[in-house]
Amino acid sequence: MATTDLRPAATAGTGGRGLRSASAAGSGRRRVRPARIAVNVVLLAVCLAFVLPLAWMVLASISSTASFELTLPSPPTLDNFHAILNTDTTFRPLLNGLLLCGGATLLCVVVSILAAYPLSRYRSRLRRPFLYTVLFTTGLPITAVMIPVYSMFVQVDLIDSMGATVLFLTASALPIAIWLMKNFMDGVPIVLEEAARIDGANAMQSLARVVLPLMWPGVIVVTVFTFISMWGNFFVPFVLLLSPEKLPASVSVFTFLSAHDQTQYGQLAAFSIVYTLPVVMLYLLLTRKLGGGFALGGALKG
Amino acid sequence: MKSAAAPAGHAGAPARGSGGHPAGSSLLRGLPLLPSLVLLAVFLAGPIVYCVYDAFTDAQLTGAAQTHFVGLANFTRAFGDPDFLNALWLTMVFVVGSAVVGQNTLGLALAVLTEKATRPVRSLTNGVVIAAWVLPEIVAGYLMYAFFYQQGALNDVLGALGLPRQNWLYTLPILAVCLANVWRGTAFSMMVYSAALGEVPRELVEAAEMDGAGVWHRLWHVTLPVIRRSIMTNLMLITLQTLSVFGLIYAMTRGGPGNKSQTLPVFMYQQAFQNSLIGYGTAIALVLLVVGALFSVVYLKLLKVEED
Repeated sequence: MATTDLRPAATAGTGGRGLRSASAAGSGRRRVRPARIAVNVVLLAVCLAFVLPLAWMVLASISSTASFELTLPSPPTLDNFHAILNTDTTFRPLLNGLLLCGGATLLCVVVSILAAYPLSRYRSRLRRPFLYTVLFTTGLPITAVMIPVYSMFVQVDLIDSMGATVLFLTASALPIAIWLMKNFMDGVPIVLEEAARIDGANAMQSLARVVLPLMWPGVIVVTVFTFISMWGNFFVPFVLLLSPEKLPASVSVFTFLSAHDQTQYGQLAAFSIVYTLPVVMLYLLLTRKLGGGFALGGALKG
Repeated sequence: MKSAAAPAGHAGAPARGSGGHPAGSSLLRGLPLLPSLVLLAVFLAGPIVYCVYDAFTDAQLTGAAQTHFVGLANFTRAFGDPDFLNALWLTMVFVVGSAVVGQNTLGLALAVLTEKATRPVRSLTNGVVIAAWVLPEIVAGYLMYAFFYQQGALNDVLGALGLPRQNWLYTLPILAVCLANVWRGTAFSMMVYSAALGEVPRELVEAAEMDGAGVWHRLWHVTLPVIRRSIMTNLMLITLQTLSVFGLIYAMTRGGPGNKSQTLPVFMYQQAFQNSLIGYGTAIALVLLVVGALFSVVYLKLLKVEED
C-alpha cells in the first residue's frame, strides 16, 4: 500500500497526460503540438545549462593537462585515476566517510523508528508539543550550532573523536528523520496491529513484525536521504575532526589541492568523481525502486 | 494530515489507542522516545543553551586563561561592525536572490513544464536537475568554481554567443554564488511542486480550460491558489536551507574577494576559527539561530501538526 502511495507525482502525471491527449484528439490537436514542442525545447535548454558545469569534472578527470579551464583532453587518459586510487588519497577517506555516515545513518534510522512508534500510535498530552519541537528543530540552521558544539566538545575533550562525531551527525539528522518516519508510519492502518496484539504481541513485537514490513519503502527513503545528506556534509567533520587519518572524503576533497600537488586539477576531478559515485548510485537505485526524491517531496509536508 | 500532498498519510490517520490508561503505562509507552530525547538534548539542545551563554562572554580559541561575562558587548560590537552588517546584507541578498526568487521560481516553472513535456524530456530534466542536488556540496562548489572561472565554461559560452566575458568570481562573486545555489538547490523545489501539482484536481483545470482561460490565467487563478500551502512550505524550507549554506560558498570564494561574498555562516566561521574569537563568533551564530528560529516558527504556523 505504501509503495503506491509513494509516487504521487508519477501516477498523477501520466493520468493527466492520458486525459489531455484524449480531449486534444477532438479539436485542439493542432494547437497542442507546437506548445509541447516549445516546452520540450525550453526544458532541453535548461538541461544543457545544468549539465554544462558537470562537463568540467568529466573532461578534467581524463585529461593530463587539466586546469579549471574547459578543454578537450588530448589524448584521454586514466592516469589521474591511477594516481589517486591508493589508501591515503582515496580509500581511507572513503572508508572514514562510510564509517561516519553509515554509523550515523543506521543509528538515526533505528532511533527515529523507535520514536515514531509512540508518536504515531498513542495519544498523549505531550505528543503535540513534542512534534512541534521536532518540526521546529528541523528548521534550525545546523551551521550556526557548530561553533557552540565545537566549544562544548573542546571542554569535554571530544574533539577529533569519530564516535562523538557520529553521535552529533545522528542528532542533527534526527528531527527530520523522526518527522518523516512518523508520517510514513501513519500510513500503516492500526487495524493490522490489533490482530497481532490480540495474539499477545507487545508493542515492540508488533512494530517489528507488522508495522515495519509494511512501511519498508518509507524506511528506505529516509535511510537513503539521511545517508546522502551526511555523505555530502562538509562542515560538521571539518569542525569536529582534526587528524588527517580520521577525515572523511567530504573534507579531504576540500583539502585535496593543498594536501597534494597544487597543480593536480585532473586528480582533483578524478577524486571528485570517485567520491560522488556512491551517492549517485544510491540515488539511482532509489529512483528505480521508489520514485526517488519525489517520494521525499511529497512526504516532507505532513 | 492537513496538507494535500502527504502521500504517506493518505491512508487515513490511524485510529489511535483508546486513551484513558493509567499514568504508569503511558510512561512505559513513551519509553521508545528515550534514545531520541537523550540525543537531541545532549547534542542539539545542549549546544544551543551553550550558544546563548557563550555569546555573552569574551571566550577565545587560544591564550585567554579566563573567560569573562561581557554582557551585550558582542552584539553591540556586531551591529557596529561594518563587516557584520555587510555579511547580514549579503545573506539577505543570497537568501532572497537564490532561494526565494531563483530556486522557487525555477523549481515551479520546471514542475509545470515537465508535466507538459514528452516523457523522455521529462525524465532527462528531472535527472540532470536532481543530479546537481545529489552532488556533495564541496564537489558542487568546485564545479561552480570551474564554471564561473575566468577561462571557464560560462565565459566560453558567452564568448561563443558574442557576449562580453566577465571575471565572475572577482567582479560579481555574490551573483556567482547565488547562481551556484540555484543550480544546486532547484531540484528540491521542483520535487515539492511536482508532488503538489499532481494533487491539483484535473476537473478544476479542465473546467477553466473549457471556460476559455489561457495558460497563464489557469496557472495564476486555478493552479497557484490550490497549491499555495505547498508554496509557503517550500519557501520556508528553502529559506532555512539557504540560511545555513556554508560549504558551497567557502569552496567557491572563501567569502572573497575581500568580503564581497561573505555571508553570515562564512563570517561566523572566520571570526570564530580564523580570528579565534569564539565569543564573537557565537554571538553571530546566535543571530543566525534567531533568524532561523523566526522562519521556523512561521513554518510551524503553516503546517498544522494534526487536526485533533
